[in-house]
Amino acid sequence: MDQGSEAQFKRELVALIPHLRAFARTLCGDAAAADDLAQDAVMKAWDARASYQMGTNMKAWTFMILRNQFYSEKRRSWRQTQLDQEAAERTLVAIDDPSAPLALDELRQALGMLPSEQREALILVGAGGFAYEEAAEICGCAVGTVKSRVSRARRALQAILEQGDYRRDGLPASDAMRSILSDAERLSQPR
Amino acid sequence: MGLMAKDTDKPKGANPEEARLRQQALGVKLRQLFDDVVNEPVPDEFLDILRKHDARSSGQD
Repeated sequence: MDQGSEAQFKRELVALIPHLRAFARTLCGDAAAADDLAQDAVMKAWDARASYQMGTNMKAWTFMILRNQFYSEKRRSWRQTQLDQEAAERTLVAIDDPSAPLALDELRQALGMLPSEQREALILVGAGGFAYEEAAEICGCAVGTVKSRVSRARRALQAILEQGDYRRDGLPASDAMRSILSDAERLSQPR
Repeated sequence: MGLMAKDTDKPKGANPEEARLRQQALGVKLRQLFDDVVNEPVPDEFLDILRKHDARSSGQD
């Protein structure tokens, strides 16, 4: 890679940092861990710059690097299941709070309860601005798989948020939440 | 007359138009959640990474 291309690569990479941070935040939940992940991804992308083909989709390329980094760390981490459980419990606590939390916080927490492959598909397509085909490439799966994950994620989110509303009408939140969690789990099982 | 079912008899949430609007609202919120982070100022550490790389590669030349 010549100096000119390298400078251009760097400019484009810097411009993508805010998006990488946002994607990392949805994968990790925790802001500090997300920034660590995004920094690792930036470093990896920079180190791999020679293998990047100028003019191709750099955003998708960097998102793929970040995602791979996330899952390779996750595999090494025994804490992951426990963290998901904690996220679910925090959500229950938050929804039980009568001083109704911000809708965005509720959505953030509800997102945290989705299986990660549904969450990432929904974020990439619904917020990251990627086409289904690009999201499929980033996640290393078929386009149809991405489509079905996105629609499952939408349904599950809607259900979680609606159950939150029902809770305010006086129905027990914990039972509803348990059934959603098991639904989400069942939906995420490979067929 | 009187043969058509009334829309008001339907249970709450069964209306496809309402479901569509809910999904639309969810989409807007989702983008907002993402864009909120995109619009945050980038912490210095990120730019330091690339600066360090610069220093290293110019040192090697």
